[in-house]
Amino acid sequence: MKPLLSVRGLEASYGDLKVLRGLDFSIAEGSVTALLGANGAGKTTTLRALCGMIARSGEIEFDGRSIGRARTEDIVRLGIAHVPEGRGTFFNLTVEENLELGAMSRPAGRELTTDIQRIYGYFPRLEERRRQQAGTLSGGEQQMLAIGRALMLKPRLMLLDEPSFGLAPLIVEEVFRILAHVRETMKVSMLLVEQNANFALALADHAYLLETGEIAIAGPAEEIRNNESIRNAYLGY
Amino acid sequence: MEIFIQQIVSGIATGAIYACMALAIVMIYQAIHNLNFAQGEMAMFSTFIAWQLIAWGTPYWIAFALTLAISFIGGVVIERLVFKPIENAPILSYVVVFIALFAIFNSLAGFIWNFEIKPFPTPFGSGALFGGLMSPHQAGMIVVTVVVLALLYFFFRFTRIGLAMRAAAVNPESARLVGIRVSWMTALGWGMASAIGAVAGMMIAPVVFLEPNMMVSILLYGFAGAVLGGLTSPVGAVVGGLAVGVIENLAGTYIPVVGPELKLPIALLVIVAVLVVRPSGLMGRKIVQRV
Repeated sequence: MKPLLSVRGLEASYGDLKVLRGLDFSIAEGSVTALLGANGAGKTTTLRALCGMIARSGEIEFDGRSIGRARTEDIVRLGIAHVPEGRGTFFNLTVEENLELGAMSRPAGRELTTDIQRIYGYFPRLEERRRQQAGTLSGGEQQMLAIGRALMLKPRLMLLDEPSFGLAPLIVEEVFRILAHVRETMKVSMLLVEQNANFALALADHAYLLETGEIAIAGPAEEIRNNESIRNAYLGY
Repeated sequence: MEIFIQQIVSGIATGAIYACMALAIVMIYQAIHNLNFAQGEMAMFSTFIAWQLIAWGTPYWIAFALTLAISFIGGVVIERLVFKPIENAPILSYVVVFIALFAIFNSLAGFIWNFEIKPFPTPFGSGALFGGLMSPHQAGMIVVTVVVLALLYFFFRFTRIGLAMRAAAVNPESARLVGIRVSWMTALGWGMASAIGAVAGMMIAPVVFLEPNMMVSILLYGFAGAVLGGLTSPVGAVVGGLAVGVIENLAGTYIPVVGPELKLPIALLVIVAVLVVRPSGLMGRKIVQRV
């Protein structure tokens, strides 16, 4: 089967500093792929390069369409939702407006209310705070809001940038439980960037290990999880 | 007492115009985080267009609507032609372009319509309202401003595109990630600011008379109002503009030293005082940046 996303020779730099040195990877439709690695390995940069938030070169093909030169706004319209580093909250808008914005690039019309209700089904806590300014939410709630906003796009592929970042362990568990549930019910593919390899590998089908802008190891998540030498060398647990 | 009330009422009337200018300023500030020095000259130019249309025999309200449309398109075009290319340029480039626009519109108006002072009609008739408390034009200025405000409120609160514009102003990067064309939202902001400025120009022109320099002081009052209210808050801009109008009038009447000659420095005094005491303005948000 043809992959949903395939990437060939992806490169990106910040000024003179080359951060991605020719990545090749692919994501199968309906699967969760984890992108692991230490700080500065290029995980966030990979996501940003995929949706055109930084200059990049190489081939990126999504659903048979080349998006290597497309603009962020157009890539989003194809059904790629990015849950960015720092969660991208619209601070002084309400929770519900934040969700509404997720559907901004598709004609929503009457469906909008139903779609928002569905998100509240995943995240009841957001419904309780629907009229609150999003900036007043806790870190965990903002993460849920970011995921909810991405789901409002009805995406085919979700790019998640460290959803566990800065959250208490219990909240991380909750977020990952919801992601698993979303995956089951909405059949959305995910590319998951994480430092928390434990949680990521539990959710993922496939994993790539990034080291200074190159893919060091690739394989089924299960295998990487069970390989003690990889765990010791790269994942530190 | 009667003089006092009268001064407050006429302060609110001119304050309404300052509020419009302040709104236009805030609208562009939200989009590009710079103060548009040329806002007043753009408004003046719009007013000349209205004057020309009326001189050609166009009925007032049709000329009014046409001027709004032309100003809106003009604002969008200015953004696309001049500001889009310097999107990521340092602040000084913006300042230089603002000054250039200021000079261009000012001399262009002088060139086309010369510097002679022209009367500008009011659609609200003459006479006195409420036992001489205010003129019909003053009442008209207030009503028009309220209508502009109500429309803006409705637009930003209840329309999708209004929501998209707010989102683009709050968090441009995140806005792009939900598919909003942020740069077009900026252009739209310019168009709307330009149209609001045109309203202010057409409303104040019967009071100060039409000539190429008529908006210079009005813009300063608008700045004062915007700064007083906090540059990030449209509501603040309106409250600030009204407050400046009232302060200016009361000071001119009751502080003997001030008089009409020293009214303008009051606006500048307000700007400086606010910046010193409360830099984010009465209703502005402090922008906290995480590093």
